[in-house]
Amino acid sequence: MKIIATDRVGAEHVLDGRDGWSVMEILRDAGLPITAECGGACACATCHVYVDEEWLGKLSPKSDAETDMLDMALAVEANSRLSCQITCSDALDGLKVTIAPE
Amino acid sequence: MARHETDVAILGAGPIGLFAVFELGLLDLKAHLVDILDRPGGQCTELYPEKPIYDIPGLPIVTGQELTDRLMEQIKPFGATFHFGEMASALTKLDDGRWMLTTDAGTEIVAPVVVIAAGAGSFVPKRPPIAGIEAYEGTSVHYAVRKMEAFRDKNVLIAGGGDSALDWTLNLAPIAKSLTLVHHRDGFRAAQHSVNQMRELVAAGKVKFEIASVKALHGENGQLKSVTLAGADKKEWTHACDMFLPFFGLTIKLGPIADFGLNLHENLIPVDTEKFESSTHGIFAIGDINTYAGKLKLILSGFHEAALMAQAAFHIVKPNEKLRFQYTTSSSNLQKKLGVTA
Repeated sequence: MKIIATDRVGAEHVLDGRDGWSVMEILRDAGLPITAECGGACACATCHVYVDEEWLGKLSPKSDAETDMLDMALAVEANSRLSCQITCSDALDGLKVTIAPE
Repeated sequence: MARHETDVAILGAGPIGLFAVFELGLLDLKAHLVDILDRPGGQCTELYPEKPIYDIPGLPIVTGQELTDRLMEQIKPFGATFHFGEMASALTKLDDGRWMLTTDAGTEIVAPVVVIAAGAGSFVPKRPPIAGIEAYEGTSVHYAVRKMEAFRDKNVLIAGGGDSALDWTLNLAPIAKSLTLVHHRDGFRAAQHSVNQMRELVAAGKVKFEIASVKALHGENGQLKSVTLAGADKKEWTHACDMFLPFFGLTIKLGPIADFGLNLHENLIPVDTEKFESSTHGIFAIGDINTYAGKLKLILSGFHEAALMAQAAFHIVKPNEKLRFQYTTSSSNLQKKLGVTA
């Protein structure tokens, strides 16, 4: 699967997702500026992304923990998600995300 | 201002800084620790106190808080001194060859060895990405409440949905001229009783609650006059206020370590893998803050680094003494230090 990620200066990056890995791990390993301080434990809100509207409904819904943790993210919008909580799968091939501001 | 003399000054009271106390203590080296947080544990207790960790040798499952509690118990015999709630702000070399670590609270720790176990740096408040916010910080924008009186008779705006946002909404509402809480949703991750109390104040007209976010700040010379708020429907409006308190939790910034004059590589301190010493003699770096070929950011790696660092630190602190390697299982000398012999 491919992930199309837009960074904070608007540049688009096409990344290879790995089945079962989190989108945060793919962004981080590609060297994109995602902090992910807690390492993927849904505990810090520093892997915040905006999900392209057409993909929003295809993701598994937010858990209560993710909804709560998004309260600690900055510039939250209706399409905000924590990328450590999105799991790569073929169903998400072409997923478009934008890294939220720091 | 207080000045302390000790053997080793440790920056960071996370798991690696704590275990360093143990390894140094076995070699009769005393330590002072500085941490910006108000309690030990670093990321373990600040980010994931309740989350299980599965890769600590011998502990199949342990939470960040439990690991911290156990380390505190393990290092108790060595009587380390903790300086919590202070940020290490400067490191200077004294004429006698020792180092002086200064904190933002004016504490001075003088020691021949400094160990940087600072993880990714200092936990600092998250700054909302609003253009020009820096110009208002300290005057109209505050990330913590130091003196409540500063908010008396002010039009206060609080943003956030966690315990800090709710607690300060409740505490400042009685003294502020007006108080508005903004949050991006009508739900909170704060304690339920605080949320209930806030809703009672809203119902009584004493607090205003808006489902919105702050988009822009307006004012001059650091004095805020109003903000632009945007609701869920993207509709924007102006809200008059003179104090803004954003509460979005903490994030980690390298902070003053960047100005210590150490050799840095992508915000990490390169070290050798024999002593875990930086390129500056007497300054060691252990745990997530260091880098070397093959580095893994694991707690267990930091423990190993602490043990080897302690051996090297001994020779700097006690240059004329011979270091004898001993096991805690068999050495009555070590067991006496640990307080486990009769």
